[in-house]
Amino acid sequence: MSRHWRNAGGYLMFSGPSTFAFGSVTIVSFVAGVVLTFTNWDGLSTSLSFAGLDNYRAAAADSAFWASLAMTGRYVLFVVLLSNVLAFLLALGLSGKIRGKGLLRAGYFTPNLIGGVVLGFIWYFIFTQGLVAVGEALGLEALSSSWLASPSQAFWALVITSVWQLVGFLTIIYMAGLSTLPRDVLEAADIDGASGLTKLRLVTLPLVRPSITICVFLAMGRSFMTYDVNLTLTNGGPYGSTEMVAMHVYQKAFVYQEFGTGQAQALLLFLIVAVISAVQVSLSRRGEVDL
Amino acid sequence: MSVAATPGPRVAATSGLRAPALLRGDRASRASTLGMFVVLLAYIAPVLLVIGNSFKPSADIIGNPLAPPTRPTLQNYVDAYDRMNFLGSLINTAVITISSVVVICFFGSMTAYFLTRVRWAPNTATFYLMVLSMMVPFQVLMIPMIKILGDLGLLRYSWIIVYVYFASGVPLAVFLYAGFIRSIPHELDEAATLDGCSRLQTFFYVIFPLLRPVTLTIAILDVLMFWNDFLLPFLVLRRPEQRTLTLSTLAFVQSHTTEYGPTMAALLLGMLPVFVIYVFIQRHVIQGMVAGALK
Repeated sequence: MSRHWRNAGGYLMFSGPSTFAFGSVTIVSFVAGVVLTFTNWDGLSTSLSFAGLDNYRAAAADSAFWASLAMTGRYVLFVVLLSNVLAFLLALGLSGKIRGKGLLRAGYFTPNLIGGVVLGFIWYFIFTQGLVAVGEALGLEALSSSWLASPSQAFWALVITSVWQLVGFLTIIYMAGLSTLPRDVLEAADIDGASGLTKLRLVTLPLVRPSITICVFLAMGRSFMTYDVNLTLTNGGPYGSTEMVAMHVYQKAFVYQEFGTGQAQALLLFLIVAVISAVQVSLSRRGEVDL
Repeated sequence: MSVAATPGPRVAATSGLRAPALLRGDRASRASTLGMFVVLLAYIAPVLLVIGNSFKPSADIIGNPLAPPTRPTLQNYVDAYDRMNFLGSLINTAVITISSVVVICFFGSMTAYFLTRVRWAPNTATFYLMVLSMMVPFQVLMIPMIKILGDLGLLRYSWIIVYVYFASGVPLAVFLYAGFIRSIPHELDEAATLDGCSRLQTFFYVIFPLLRPVTLTIAILDVLMFWNDFLLPFLVLRRPEQRTLTLSTLAFVQSHTTEYGPTMAALLLGMLPVFVIYVFIQRHVIQGMVAGALK
């Protein structure tokens, strides 16, 4: 038997099932997704005909799509920024000389066990009942009515909910990063008389740069595609002001049955996220220090 | 034991008895320990509020959601348990999640073994295609996938979810397994071959047992992902009795928006199974999440 035939046999036995499933679901869907954006597919007709760039034109002319994209961009910006800053601070606090580290770490991670649907409902209750009651008890004007009823405040409700969940996850990654910092470098900084803040800025931060790269990347990927929290917390409201792009694509395809346009928008979204992530990772890598 | 009950930390220390772990250490570390626990309490306050309210009658929740339960009741749980078909949904979710994870780990490890051990162009191509596909979010594949599955008449079957999870989860598994298998010396395979093992036997008797830590990592990452997944089951499952926990929680809460008590109980019942498991294996879960993120 030639080497190629032996390899092919082994491939079928070892990799056959995985490759078949992967090809038939992921590859086929991806290719079909690209092809379908160039056809007149509406989900009902059985015959497809070439439609050129019509779907992309329709996608680009859809002002609600750009509005949801802009809103999602703003959301991603705040979620990534706030979740990383808070997670880093928590990780710093948890990496100091404290007791019960394991217990604390486990506690801070718990929000990540909650799925998006339940997460949205929990915070729906917090924003419509819990915080309103707090506002009444303390006489705070800002909390006296539900945040979910006002477009600008509903946006922040969405940001807070997502940050809340993400922080627990990023904290454990930052903790892992902080625990690998070389102790001699930190001690050298102490001996040189660096104060807490100077040490943080000039020694710790540059050294945890790889963790920052990863955490920003993960936070961005997760928040760009947010759908379930969006559905159960605000359902896009009030007045469609918090409809994020994943929800827009879903509605376009499965509610309005404009599959071609919806898929074209999904691909555009994917390209945008891919480019932003690639730029972020390469920029962030450039600033990493090697020891 | 009567001695240990009364003395303060200092007496306990001098008499050789150990104070509770959290109270040991110098004053500064005690203060920051306390601080971190206070922050944790504030951080998980939303969940605590939902837990507290789940034991209150609906009228008391609307009256004052911040008050602790004065007339504690389990009625909310009884209501939610029956009406959201908790047990049925739990079984559906468990069957889908566990079979997906088993299939992914079984075939994923075999695939990774072959792809890394045999230098062959199709292997390299398969590996890189899989790695590349991990960047593609579900939303990009969802519309054509649902159309194709619909055209083939495959929607409505629960097992199709397992198949899609297998297809979308296997690249990460192959990637993580491959990284580990590369660190296993080839001499091990050669020794097994000399002892008369076939390639399959070598893998299952010699290599697979060594992969336990990666298998655990993959299982944890996948369980968390599939257990709480919403979009795919939402798009595929049509009949109420097929619903996963996430779907029945959604259906229950959306149709009982005014009944706060049972809603709180339903939300907690939806989270309960994962929390219970987490309590026992939290160290592994956290290590697994870190390992998965740092890949």
